[in-house]
Amino acid sequence: MTYIPHTPKEIQEMLEFLGIEDVEELFKDIPEEIRKSAKENIRLTPPISEIDLIREMETIAKKNIGKDYISFLGGGAYRHYIPSVVKHIISYPGFYTSYTPYQPEISQGILQSIFEYQSLICDLTGMDVANASLYEGGSGIAEAALMSTRINSKKEVIVSEGVHPEYLEVLNTYLSAQEITIKKVPINNRGETNIEELERMISPNTSCVIIQNPNFFGVIETKLKEIEKIIHRNNALFILSIYPISLGILKPPSEYNVDITVGEGQSLGIPLGFGGPYLGILATKKEFIRQMPGRIVGETKDVEGKRGFVNTLQTREQHIRRAKATSNICTNEALSAISASIYLSLLGKNGIRKVAEICFSRAHLLIDKIEKELGLELTYKDSFFFNEFILKVPKKSLEILKRLETQKILGGIPLSTFYPERDKELLISVTEMNSIEDISYFISSLKEATQ
Amino acid sequence: MKDIPLLREISREGRPTINLPEPEKDYLPKKLLPEDLLRKDLPLPQVSEVEVVRHFTNLSIKNYGVDFGFYPLGSCTMKYNPKINEDIAQNPYFTDLHPYTPESLSQGALEIIYKLSTFLSCITGMDRFTFQPSAGAHGELTALLIIKKYLQDKGEDRDTVLVPDSAHGTNPASASMAGFKIIEVPSDERGLVSPKTLSKYLNEKIAVLMLTNPNTLGLFERDILEIAKIVHEEGALLYYDGANLNGIMGYARPGDMGFDAVHINLHKTFSTPHGGGGPGAGPVGVKNFLSEYLPKPTVEFDGEKYYLNYNIPKSIGRVRSFYGNFLVLLKAYAYIRLLGTEGLKRVTEMAVLNANYLKEKLKEILYLPYPSICKHEFVLSGKYQKEKGVKTLDIAKRILDFGMHSPTIYFPLIVEEALMIEPTETENKETLDQFYEIMRTIDQEIQKDIEKVKTAPHTTPVKRLDEAYAAKTLKVTWK
Repeated sequence: MTYIPHTPKEIQEMLEFLGIEDVEELFKDIPEEIRKSAKENIRLTPPISEIDLIREMETIAKKNIGKDYISFLGGGAYRHYIPSVVKHIISYPGFYTSYTPYQPEISQGILQSIFEYQSLICDLTGMDVANASLYEGGSGIAEAALMSTRINSKKEVIVSEGVHPEYLEVLNTYLSAQEITIKKVPINNRGETNIEELERMISPNTSCVIIQNPNFFGVIETKLKEIEKIIHRNNALFILSIYPISLGILKPPSEYNVDITVGEGQSLGIPLGFGGPYLGILATKKEFIRQMPGRIVGETKDVEGKRGFVNTLQTREQHIRRAKATSNICTNEALSAISASIYLSLLGKNGIRKVAEICFSRAHLLIDKIEKELGLELTYKDSFFFNEFILKVPKKSLEILKRLETQKILGGIPLSTFYPERDKELLISVTEMNSIEDISYFISSLKEATQ
Repeated sequence: MKDIPLLREISREGRPTINLPEPEKDYLPKKLLPEDLLRKDLPLPQVSEVEVVRHFTNLSIKNYGVDFGFYPLGSCTMKYNPKINEDIAQNPYFTDLHPYTPESLSQGALEIIYKLSTFLSCITGMDRFTFQPSAGAHGELTALLIIKKYLQDKGEDRDTVLVPDSAHGTNPASASMAGFKIIEVPSDERGLVSPKTLSKYLNEKIAVLMLTNPNTLGLFERDILEIAKIVHEEGALLYYDGANLNGIMGYARPGDMGFDAVHINLHKTFSTPHGGGGPGAGPVGVKNFLSEYLPKPTVEFDGEKYYLNYNIPKSIGRVRSFYGNFLVLLKAYAYIRLLGTEGLKRVTEMAVLNANYLKEKLKEILYLPYPSICKHEFVLSGKYQKEKGVKTLDIAKRILDFGMHSPTIYFPLIVEEALMIEPTETENKETLDQFYEIMRTIDQEIQKDIEKVKTAPHTTPVKRLDEAYAAKTLKVTWK
């Protein structure tokens, strides 16, 4: 039987040792009617061989034809190059077949890697401390908001409408459970968070203000310094959601005096994978470390004074504090965090900057060509972008995308997915995986599709 | 074993990075963005590819995993992770698929999610599943929010969750995140929830009882049908923490026991790797009457094609972006396909046989507080050894010297000096016998050479680590 190593003789010996004849006797404590129903109702597909499984999975996989298309899809998940090294290292059994490091003496590999992940995230964001990861960007924002309410005991959260609409939904789900009010600040005609509105809405009752940069519309928020002053004047916390690759060129959150930095870490060496598993980044100032959710690894020494690493501040966590824990999070995304560590160390200072520059420059090359060669306009044409922007198209965006699909192009995300009234706009994203040839082909196909 | 330097310590200014194409010179950020948006310095390390590979390779061999040996960590189901599932999940048609790919071009991924949902429904007896929850605790939170909204819609003011005193720590933590009050129900002398005691705690304020069955002592809650009856009669719901599903698969379904909502840990029962603490997946299943509250979108099939259904007006909303830890779901799907009905049942039988065999052997060494048949795991107490001056922690550390992982210790909280042991079905009798011999040796050492046990481990890459020092100095980065 698959993955069960016992020989019939061993099974017999074990049954004899227990003084029973059949293994079914070990299930007598389950009421008979329950056993009967399980027996009658569990009707799965019959077992198949590995050979057949491979064949079947290949057939199913090939139905994901979108993978073969030239893609300009972004919106919180980005197709970046993943160096081969990342895939090899996360396949090492010491990493992927281990559990949470409850026995640190035989888990130094995971613990040091997570310590290094925390350090690399702090290098990238400029923050003092990072946790060992959360599930992904959306629940990460929600955890940061809850953390803020624990820090200042206030029950109102302000969030910019520039935050990813799916993250806004997650925030709403998490916060409404604890009766925390959410107020949304609109964006202005530049696609940036409306500062005047923010000033009007914020009060000393505000726990935190959440901004995303670059925001969901691809726009770089240029007034973060002013926003920071407004927030801190009201004794609220500043939460910023970031796109890690953009920090290769953009000013880090620490320079805006951000209190909690969060973000989707998928761009750091983690595959698109139809939406997961990803990586939730959370980093903060040292003064708030005790209110952080999730695991934290700290340096220590062994009895002989040798350096080692352990899970620390565990008294915040569910397995010790139970109902009073800072979060229910138990499993984090350790292997994704290790992918990010490998990616960040492999690319390093110069590589991350260069990837950011390639994304930026190719996106701006595309914008330039769209404007000059197609005469189309961006929705927020006077704003600044990193690698993503919103294009106004002359027809229904879904119609244009359908036509691009016939050219094997995924031409962007229709904004109508999230804002039904905005049905003639596309969110277009460019990464280092879009070659110059792809971009030219996209331009010519877009020209045909929009005519 | 020698210390592995930190990446920061091996970084050298000017060390080349990997080969990348050049950015477009006419469109560089410094030309197109105002200077005050740009960062001046990026203090990441500079390490060459070969150094990165050696660094992480050396770290990985300082880390124990299921592929190295026995890992009897109770409640964690550290079974072997089939390699074939890893290959399947590395297929570029899955890994390179963007979550916003149009439905017509991502039918394969949607098909996997849909079919896995039907498999899990069959295994658990629940009607509908969501795959957004990314871990067990995330599943608990999701299900509690579903229950909360359902009760609110019924106009009921139930604000309290009951959990047994043997519950996983995530249960009360999730209940608290969902905005509930928590009351603990004491277990009886059998280690079980007794309907009589429970009924004293049930009233019009109780929203839900969270149970894991088999419970954390590895014991099947024999009175489950009676429990379900009195919980439902009182107008409350019953929630199943699926962490221990490996103990009953094929023999009992939470849906038949009367549970209204469940979560399953795919990284436990369905063999997806734990990855050093995630990513996992904690899908939630509900009975039909709760299905209109599931997070959106759900994956549906109209007879021809699979699609994402966002039209769920009563949905609790999203609990994460996109649709869940898809690549983890794939591995669980592959596992179920390989094993089928009989295979999964056999998994449980052998997990339970292994646990009972090891329990009966070890009970001559360690105190067995609840001596009935167990399911996939059992709990022993190191109280005899403690009388001799050795803590359970010392025993756990000494086990490491013999090249095995130790059991879960000091949990559940209701057993003094607890050792919670879950061998899983993927270990043969010889391994179990070896573990028994190791425990016997350690017990003899306690009589003859107690210091050896109290100062363990001796052969690991580092000796016993000072956790208090870490909490005091709080050095959590290399800065």
